[in-house]
Parts: sequence; C-alpha cells; structure tokens
Amino acid sequence: MHNQSKAPIYDALIQFDQMRIVPFDVPGHKRGKGNPALVDFLGSACLSVDVNSMKPLDNLCHPVSVIKEAEEIAAEAFRANHAFFMVGGTTSSVQAMILSVVGRGDKIILPRNVHRSVINALILCGATPVYINPQTNETLGISLGMSLSDVQKAIHEHQDAKAVFVNNPTYYGICSNLKDITDLAHLNNMKVLVDEAHGTHFYFGENMPTAAMDAGADFASVSMHKSGGSLTQSSILLCGKNVNADYVRQVINLTQTTSASYLLMSSLDISRRNLALSGKEIFRQVTDLTRYAREEINLIGDYYAYAKELINGDSIFDFDETKLSVNTLSLGLAGIEVYDLLRDEYDIQIEFGDLGNILAYVSVGDSHKNIERLIGALSEVKRIYKREKNTLMTHEYISPLVSMPPQQAFYSKKESVPLKKAVGHICCEFVMAYPPGIPILAPGETVTKEIIDYIAYAKEKDCSLTGPEDMDVNHLNIWKGDY
Amino acid sequence: MDIWYSEHHTDHVKLSIKVDRQLYSNQSDFQRIDVFETPEFGRVLTLDGFLMQTEKDEFIYHEMITHIPMAVHPNPRHVLVIGGGDGGAVRELCRYDSIEQIDLVEIDPLVVEVCKTYFPTTACSFDDPRLRLYHQDGLRFVRNCHNQYDLIIVDSTDPFGPGEGLFTKEFYGNCYKALKEDGIMVNQHESPFYKGDAMAMKRAHARIVKSFSISRVYQAHIPTYPSGHWLFGFASKRYHPTKDLLSEAWNDKKLETKYYNTNLHKGAFYLPNYVETMLREGEFDE
Repeated sequence: MHNQSKAPIYDALIQFDQMRIVPFDVPGHKRGKGNPALVDFLGSACLSVDVNSMKPLDNLCHPVSVIKEAEEIAAEAFRANHAFFMVGGTTSSVQAMILSVVGRGDKIILPRNVHRSVINALILCGATPVYINPQTNETLGISLGMSLSDVQKAIHEHQDAKAVFVNNPTYYGICSNLKDITDLAHLNNMKVLVDEAHGTHFYFGENMPTAAMDAGADFASVSMHKSGGSLTQSSILLCGKNVNADYVRQVINLTQTTSASYLLMSSLDISRRNLALSGKEIFRQVTDLTRYAREEINLIGDYYAYAKELINGDSIFDFDETKLSVNTLSLGLAGIEVYDLLRDEYDIQIEFGDLGNILAYVSVGDSHKNIERLIGALSEVKRIYKREKNTLMTHEYISPLVSMPPQQAFYSKKESVPLKKAVGHICCEFVMAYPPGIPILAPGETVTKEIIDYIAYAKEKDCSLTGPEDMDVNHLNIWKGDY
Repeated sequence: MDIWYSEHHTDHVKLSIKVDRQLYSNQSDFQRIDVFETPEFGRVLTLDGFLMQTEKDEFIYHEMITHIPMAVHPNPRHVLVIGGGDGGAVRELCRYDSIEQIDLVEIDPLVVEVCKTYFPTTACSFDDPRLRLYHQDGLRFVRNCHNQYDLIIVDSTDPFGPGEGLFTKEFYGNCYKALKEDGIMVNQHESPFYKGDAMAMKRAHARIVKSFSISRVYQAHIPTYPSGHWLFGFASKRYHPTKDLLSEAWNDKKLETKYYNTNLHKGAFYLPNYVETMLREGEFDE
C-alpha cells in the first residue's frame, strides 16, 4: 500500500529548487532568467520548475525513481496495474493503447462516435475498424452508448477482431454496460480499450458509474486535466492486469517527446494526491451543484436538463450526474445558438453546444455564485430569444462503408475531385461536421450520394466542417491506387 | 496606541481611518465581517476588508438610493431590496406609509445580525411588519419573480466577491422581468474616478441599457467611498427620473432628510462631462 499523501515528483522538484543547482543544460531560459517577460506573465515559481530530465528528477521515457514511484502511487489510486503519466494530451493515451493492441491487418470493434484520435491511430498502425452504430436518442438528438447486443453481433461477425473500444462516459455523460461488454470481449479473447477521457472522477467519487479498471478493462485513457484538475495536455494511461506494461512503454516512446514537461508531470502528481485524499468530498460538491442546477434549469421551462431518468439498462446503462447536459429544442433554439448567446451576451463560456444540446462543464473549481449566473442567463435567453419550435437540423446515422483500412487509403495515390464526382469512390481523408462531431467520412470509406447530400446539408446549417485538405470542403481526395 | 484601518482605493492610493478599537471580527460562510469604533466616523462596517458603511456618512448613501425612486414612482407599494443587510435602505423605505411590502434579500444572515447589534441606528426597522427577510442569493430570488414589484433597489457590495452576480446582464434582465410594467430599478453604480471602479461602472451601465428603455445615472458625495464621488443607476420601464419627478407630492409627505431634497434630486442627474462621455462609450462598447 502506497501513501497517497505523497507526491514524489512534486517533492523532488521542491528539493531540487532548494539545491540551487547551476544550470548549464536546457531549457535555455535558465529558470526564467533569460526571459523576464515570460516570468512576469507566468510567475517565477512556474519557470523555476520548467526543467530538463536529470538524475534527481528521473526521466519519463525510462522512469526508475521519482516518476516511477509517482506512477505506482497513481496506479494504486486508480486501482490499475500500471499507470503511465502522459504529456501529449489524452490523444496520446488513446493512440498508445490502440498501437499497443492492434497492428496492420488487425480488426478493432468501435463505436462510430469515437474521438478522431482513435481513427488517426488506425492510420498509424494499419488496423481495420469495425464500426458499431451508437444508439441515438431521437428526442434529445444525442448518440448513446453501445448496446450489448450490438457488441455481441459485431464480435460474432468478426471473431478475429483483436479488441473492443468503448467511449465511457460520453461527453454528455452516457455510460455503456462496461462490465458485461468487458466480460463478453474477454470471453472472445479480445482486449477492452476504454476512452475514459470524461470519467476521471469515477475512480474517486461516491456512487459513480463503474470505472474501466473496476470493470476489468485492459486499458483506460483518463483526461486528468478535465475532471481531475491537472494542467491541459496532461493525461494518464491505465493498464489492467493482463497487459505487458513494459511493451506499452516501448509503444508510448515511439511518439512521445523526450523532453517531457515537469509542469505537466507535477500537475498530474499533485492532482492525483488531491483526488485520492479529497475526491469524495470534491465530487460530492460537484454532484450537489449539478443536481441543484438541473432542478433550477428544469423549473425555468423549455429546457431539459437530463440525468439518471434516461437510464434504459442498455445503451444508457448509467448516467454521470456531474455532467450538466441540457436539451434546448423546446426553446426553438439550437444548442449551438444558446452556446453563442451565453458567450456573446452574458460572458459565460460553456463547454459546447450541438444541434439540440448544451453542456456546461462543472468541476471542483466552480462556486454557487457562478452556477446562479448560468441559470440566470439561461432564464434570460428563454425570455428574450425563445421562438417557435422550427425544423432544426436532424442527424441520421450513416452507416460507413469501410472499403479498405484507413492507413492504405491515407497513404495512397490520390486525386482531388469536386464533391459530386466523389460518389462511388473511396475517400482518402476525414470529413467531420461539428456539430454533431461524428465523422461523416474516414479514410478508406466509400463515398455515397447520401453522404454528399449530408455534407451539403451540414454546410447549409453552418456546421463547421473539418478534415479535408480543401478546407472549404468543395473537393475530396479519392483513392487512385496504392503506391 | 496607534491603530489604523486602511482601505486601498487603487494599488497606489489608500484611505486610512484611525481606529479606537475593534468591536467585532468573524468569518461568515460568505465573507469576513469586521466592525471598528473610530473617533472620526463612529462605527465602521467592513466586508472582506472593504468599507461598507460608517455611522457618520451612511445617511447619504441610504437616502439617495431610496428617496430618488420614491419621489418619481406615483404609487410604490411592493419593493424589493437586494443586498442591504445593514438595514439602511429598509429604514428609509419604512418611512413611507404607502409601501405595503418590503422584501429584503440578503445572502448573508450574519451581516444582518452584526448590524442589529452594532448599528442600531441603521438596522432599526427589521421588526417592521411589512418587511420579509430572505437569506438567499439575489440572482436566484429575482429569477423566480414575474411582474410583481414597483421598485427594486440593488444595494450591492462591489462587483467582486459575493456581490459579483449583481452586476451582470442576466441579473438586470431578471430584475426587468420581476418589475411591473411601470417599475423602477435603482442600483449602487460604483464610481467613475479610479480606473478599476470606472470600468465596472461603464460595464454596469452598458448592461442595464440593454434591458431598460430609460436608464440614467445620478451622483452623490460619499466621503468614505473611493474618490468620494459615487454613482447610482436609475433604470425604468416608464418614468423618467427628472421629468416625472413628483416634487410637490414628495414634499407634502414632510419627510425629514439630511441629504436629499427635490432640488438636489434634479441636480444629481447633471453629470460631469467626463462621466457622460464614459457612459456613452460604455453604451457603444458592449
């Protein structure tokens, strides 16, 4: 048993600072002395610990002392076999777990509403995706978790798949039946990879949905910088008991920086300590705040702040109550419109707005005072901007036609053609529409007329379209043969 | 002994008041509350170290925040006071027989208790049967009110700390909704003089303009507030603060006041040029 009140990286940095070592190494700002403007802006404490890997501070690429110890303490806090501190965002955690499990020609089962980092990892490793249609709640217009029977069907049809990938919870707070999905995958010799970017608090709060490590998953990527309070770009990759952590380290080192930031690593260390020691109380407060906000927002009328009442035992197996997701459709406004109004008119920045919903991120840093501002502003938005419920954009799930692995398509001879001429061809690039943030096309998928129509529709509705080389998305790169 | 209470008015300016002794100090759920006995200003109340009122000059603030709207509205019967836990605004309101109901929403119950004990001349009307006291967040309270008040007085602290929400656009909009169709809102409007206060002043005005068709600013001289030059906002759905002033009716009431009179009422709305310019700028900026 480790002592969770320790923070080895933090302690080592404090000690290091007191030793007043003369720096003839990088970084060249030399504890800030060479960049006074930066010290003015970020503070001298910050610059004094922006240091290089060295003996007393260990090395993230090959940890043997304080980083090793900090990772071991974190692993215990997260009930995992091993924890890796990551400095390339949760994107790097997600890519590391995929690259550790599947390679060229392998199959991986995953829901279509995965983060783009997942499909990017498939371009890197050459695996083939087997997509599952995430169920959709038609009234709210949000995608849900994977239903157990859909996973069962995919496993049955693709016995040779190496892994099952799960988003848990989703951005909106929807949880899948992680335990049963994990057991089913293991029964079929498949690894379970969980994108737990929005679920750090599952490990520390009380009465939370099941956390990936507790469900027996093999990997989980947790965004400590979201609900965990660490610095942006810091993340933790957790490994379960049947994972060779030393091999995973090799995979991580393929793409990881050799100058990992001690600001990021110490923030992980300090945040882990805080969560382990005070997590119950912190997330009790967050849950109280979001419950209060939900009740008050629902009292305003025309908003629907949803929570556990959605649970259906399958595609909504559980709901993360710390998420303040609010449906705005009865107001006659798209979520993205409410999002813009809150920022432009009321100086309130929320996490996102999609076609029918907004999400306000509530965390340890929030106060009652600010929650009141949010609720007050929502009530004003209703009073001033409510309009007749009109035809808001709908999103139909388009089943992707995967014709070749993403890697093969991405690294192929290509030709840029106008959208309409792309029909029937294999696309070599991504097309994402935000909202709703689900890929319309990924490399290796055949373009259909339905897809081109949807792109036109999304443009007309002012969705932001990203991905293709042609940033205006008038042309698509199509496959013209392998190199 | 040489004890002084100091308040920084800017990073480079402070006001110091000689203290005879400290009478009270405590931390509530919301803020630190202190009471000092001083030779010059009598008792002084501070919240989180910021001066809120003194026995010597509180009459100026409390008269100006109440009698101005009371002399314009022809028949104010339902009044809401937000903040104002010291009871000074309520004291002035209670002098009007026409008022049927006063709702006081002060988030911090300890402020009321401390003022009852140490400022009996301000907190003297808490037993008035027309008063209903609520310890709630002002923003929350007013959010649930529709078309029910003739007058809302926003007697807030500064726009940082617990009073922050009372300087927001959503709050002013909620107040608009809570007022009747000829309702008036008056608010503590900060000072135009020092840069930080002036920014808050401009923003508050710009936000009020967004909700109310009539929005004017008036001034008073309050010696213990930063720069001494203090502003109030007068926002209304129907009545103009000077054109609709009912001087005769107010003077007939024969209320004795130390600062306010109906001539000063009109004068208070004539602002220095630099303040007028700032207000206009604010209206364009937002």
